[in-house]
Amino acid sequence: MRVLRAYPTLLRVGFAGAVAYRAEMLVWMLTMTMPLVSLALWSAVAATAPVGRFGQREFVGYFLATVVVRQLTGSWVVWELIQEIKSGALATRLLKPIHPLVVYSADNIAAIPLRTVLAVPMMIIAMASGAGQLPREPLAVAALLLSLSGAWLITFFVMTAIGTLSFFMESSYSIFEIWLACFMLLSGYLLPLELFPEWVRATTYGLPFRYMLSFPVEILLGLAGPAEIARGLVVQWIYCLASGLVALVVWRAGLRRFGAFGG
Amino acid sequence: MTSERGIEVASLSKDYRVHSRQAGLWNTVRSVFHRKYETVHAVRDLSFRIEPGERVGFLGPNGAGKTTTLKVLAGLLHPTSGAVTVAGHKPQLREYWFLKRITLVMGQKQQLIWDLPPVETFAQNRAIYDIDRDRFEQTMKELDQLLGISEIASKPTRQLSLGERMKCELAAALLHRPEVLFLDEPTIGLDVSMQLAVRDFIRDYNERTGATTLLTSHYMDDVAALCPRVIVIDRGRLCYDGDLRKLVQTIRPDKSIVLRYTERPDRAALERIGTVTEYDSIKAVVRVPQQEVRDAVAHLLLDPKLHDLTIEDPPLEEVLRELFARTAEEGA
Repeated sequence: MRVLRAYPTLLRVGFAGAVAYRAEMLVWMLTMTMPLVSLALWSAVAATAPVGRFGQREFVGYFLATVVVRQLTGSWVVWELIQEIKSGALATRLLKPIHPLVVYSADNIAAIPLRTVLAVPMMIIAMASGAGQLPREPLAVAALLLSLSGAWLITFFVMTAIGTLSFFMESSYSIFEIWLACFMLLSGYLLPLELFPEWVRATTYGLPFRYMLSFPVEILLGLAGPAEIARGLVVQWIYCLASGLVALVVWRAGLRRFGAFGG
Repeated sequence: MTSERGIEVASLSKDYRVHSRQAGLWNTVRSVFHRKYETVHAVRDLSFRIEPGERVGFLGPNGAGKTTTLKVLAGLLHPTSGAVTVAGHKPQLREYWFLKRITLVMGQKQQLIWDLPPVETFAQNRAIYDIDRDRFEQTMKELDQLLGISEIASKPTRQLSLGERMKCELAAALLHRPEVLFLDEPTIGLDVSMQLAVRDFIRDYNERTGATTLLTSHYMDDVAALCPRVIVIDRGRLCYDGDLRKLVQTIRPDKSIVLRYTERPDRAALERIGTVTEYDSIKAVVRVPQQEVRDAVAHLLLDPKLHDLTIEDPPLEEVLRELFARTAEEGA
């Protein structure tokens, strides 16, 4: 209850922070536009003949939707955690009677409205290209919102777990780099998953990366049928719970170590 | 069991295991395969008790274990051994009600949000500490009376001076009216007038609220002005716990008489009164045992060349230096 009472204020202050850091945030948002490079590349490839069911128009829709989903589900908690653990700044958060992850989550969520400013024009272009259409059915809209929330939660929890590893090592940046490389390859960030060979595609359906990006994109563009959406949501939310559990376990172990050895 | 606002530390020890490596390329390569660790005993068998409402100075040289002890008391670090109770709680459990009742102000770390005005940090703390609006506004008004922050609290933190930031840090740390204050170098880097303002504020807060206060500072004037009692540690061990004046009297049972003359004084005459520690054409400082001060002053006042005379306690820094030297000798 106390957390629920505090959360609106945390969001408001987080939003004020996002506005104060707007220039930095804009630059950071632009670093998430790698799919636009992929878009140029794959459009050129598709100029002569479609790749699978992706012609030029489909690639435009897919990669713009990818940028949109990435903007709406991104988080930076891993960098903040690593830096605060290394500098000892985390101590000031630990002195407050609220779980630090609650405050981090509010800061990250509060930036979403600002990121929507970049996402909306992309979405309009994607829809105008005729590559897909926004879900209109209430159930489809609910599925989209649920999948975006799930993607954000997995991203946040995985980043938290990796950032928290800095309690145990000098820095966990390198581990995050490995995770990021896997994410780029296996989430549909650089190319649609269905263009991979069948066995790779099947593997990605069992890994968390798809549910952090490609899955909401598929719903957004109407590429997934109702059965696939339902199945995907179940897998996605299992990953949410699992990553949340892992994040909390690593966090607790990290705090025990911090308590034993200091910052 | 301590009373609700007191602090009790019994045989506290805190060890760290730290990685050690010699300089040089070979040692760097070797450390990749074979890491050497050593145990640092930051605090050893430390015991003390602080009654509710007391203001206590916590002193010691760099690396003595002061900040480690404060972090244990605030629940950031777990004791290696021994027992700690703060306001009836075990700090390392970091319970909600414990965190609501304490604050730790670290002069070298800030909780204010750097690019936002301090009012935003205050609002955030109001939500986190679940302070109702009326009480929040009442506390803000009181803090403003003591610190004069209403005008600066709306400017971005990064644009405030160090002193203004520290005032806002104190306000942010005290918004929830903590009953136990841990202050780690709260005046570090501040100019003299701002040090005085912060000092006055701490005394006032303690007297108004009866909050138990444990203060570390490298500025001995802070400690002398605020803390009737001091706890002194060196290399993690307790050296002294008691009345500040008694410490000074025990370690340096003499006073310094500072004399200013219109022309050069007679050095031999001064040496007959006490030990001359400073001497030049118009100024001299003579150290005399406390019980002889009265006679010495009476004698010195007879000199027609004397322009001014003041009696001073030895500086606290000197007293502590001597205390640490004695402790080291005893240890050896």
